[in-house]
Amino acid sequence: MDLLTELAILVLAAFVGFEVISKVPNTLHTPLMSGTNAIHGIVLLGGLLVIGPADGILEDILIVIAIAFGTINVVGGFLVTDRMLGMFKSKPTEKPDE
Amino acid sequence: MSRGDLIALLYIVAFAMFIGGLHMLRGPRTAVRGNQVAAVGMAIAVIATLIDQRIGDWVLIVLGLVIGTAIGVPSARSVRMTAMPQMVALFNGVGGGAVALISLVEYREALEEGGNPPLDTLIPIIFAAIIGSISFWGSNVAFLKLQESLKGRFPIPRPAAAGLAALILAIAILIAAGTEMEWLFWLLVVAAGALGVLSVLPIGGADMPVVISTLNAFTGLSAAAAGVALDNTALIVAGMLVGASGSILTKQMAEAMNRSIGNVFFSGLGAGGPAVAAETGGTVRSTSAADVAIQLSYARLVVVVPGYGMAVAQAQRAVADLASELERRGVEVLYAIHPVAGRMPGHMNVLLAEADVPYEKLKEMDEINGEFGRTDVAMVIGANDVTNPAARTVADSPIYGMPILDVDKASSIIVLKRSMSSGFAGVDNPLFYDPKTSMLFGDAKASVGEVLAEVNQL
Repeated sequence: MDLLTELAILVLAAFVGFEVISKVPNTLHTPLMSGTNAIHGIVLLGGLLVIGPADGILEDILIVIAIAFGTINVVGGFLVTDRMLGMFKSKPTEKPDE
Repeated sequence: MSRGDLIALLYIVAFAMFIGGLHMLRGPRTAVRGNQVAAVGMAIAVIATLIDQRIGDWVLIVLGLVIGTAIGVPSARSVRMTAMPQMVALFNGVGGGAVALISLVEYREALEEGGNPPLDTLIPIIFAAIIGSISFWGSNVAFLKLQESLKGRFPIPRPAAAGLAALILAIAILIAAGTEMEWLFWLLVVAAGALGVLSVLPIGGADMPVVISTLNAFTGLSAAAAGVALDNTALIVAGMLVGASGSILTKQMAEAMNRSIGNVFFSGLGAGGPAVAAETGGTVRSTSAADVAIQLSYARLVVVVPGYGMAVAQAQRAVADLASELERRGVEVLYAIHPVAGRMPGHMNVLLAEADVPYEKLKEMDEINGEFGRTDVAMVIGANDVTNPAARTVADSPIYGMPILDVDKASSIIVLKRSMSSGFAGVDNPLFYDPKTSMLFGDAKASVGEVLAEVNQL
């Protein structure tokens, strides 16, 4: 893919990113940060793609660490976000006063 | 349809799910589903990449995925609600670390395959390595600070940070000029890491949310740069989405605390650590559970101001029980939630929701500050800095300018606190010496329990 196409995608994605988070209530700042945090775990794909045909042992180790890091970022990120959002799950049980 | 087309198509589906998921994360009603949508999008992106023909050596892939899952899942499951912010910092850090490592491997491979990569690959690689490494080490320092393994401020002389930045720039130019020396690239990663450490070290704990959010945006940008280097649209789009949305989020967080991002990052540099004015002194009135019970029971409006101390003591359920008993007696009980009460925005909401406190009783700062004038009793439970009137008056205080809850406007104030130690920001709180204030010392959960017992006897 040529550089200009990539830059075009980059700029458009930036605008989408800006627009999609226009105004968020304070309560959701942390879950939203955690959610976006999980999404940049996409670097995991980078780890998959840099595996070459004949890497040395050092490179193999670096790659495994990179993939593991990316996986932690993705899996941990989404799970933690889900736990944080737990407060919005039990919405129907509105009144604890009996 | 070729395999490449299929991959591209799956990526597009994943992008739509990322954007949709982020959009849904903006509202309380859709947030849970939004997170799930984004997670499924991620799974699709990973699967799409795995069917790429260029993918080799499944042993490495499986090994990495298994190790990552084995570490990520249990740590996300077991982390206590109070430690969530640290966990986010760590997860963010490893993401940045992954980017730095990928850049390093990509550069090595290019050198092995016959020399310097073209500039349109090399420049993004260098950028990704620098930002990824800053994010990794910066996040780890943020983690240690939030864990309180690293206490206090570490003033870093401004020339040290500036010199390091200049060194990084110089190395980057040398690499881009085509020196083709691998050790230079390692040095680049190490120097960027050192800059990450130095940048976060001097920052006070109360500003950590803004720091983590900034580093989160950084990791996103570095992922996008890695995407340009690797010609991978998924990395470009997802990374840039996070880079952009993370920046906006950082700005909003900083605004909620009345701080500018520059202020957060540079106020600790150069200044030899702001001198903490402990001028207040004065006397502190201590009270008993029975007295508190009487004050509360005969109040019309009680405003509970929860803080990190409530989280640590796990007192949220006790507080909710006390509140519903008071409500049964006709007392109106509201909760004042400061944007950064606890260690993160939303921290208190999570805890109180866990204790089944109805969402509409949690009032944000702007909403509740007008109410303190007619509040009979403000009950501060383990909150400190967010109630500190010094933020309004003492210009040289580290928290000067931070919007606070106007607790001191209430007719009387009860502060539940373990001891007279200062808050996370390390600042003395004149509120405690206010003649209207009485202190109930002890573990928050135990104290609230005693008060409830006394209320029941009235």
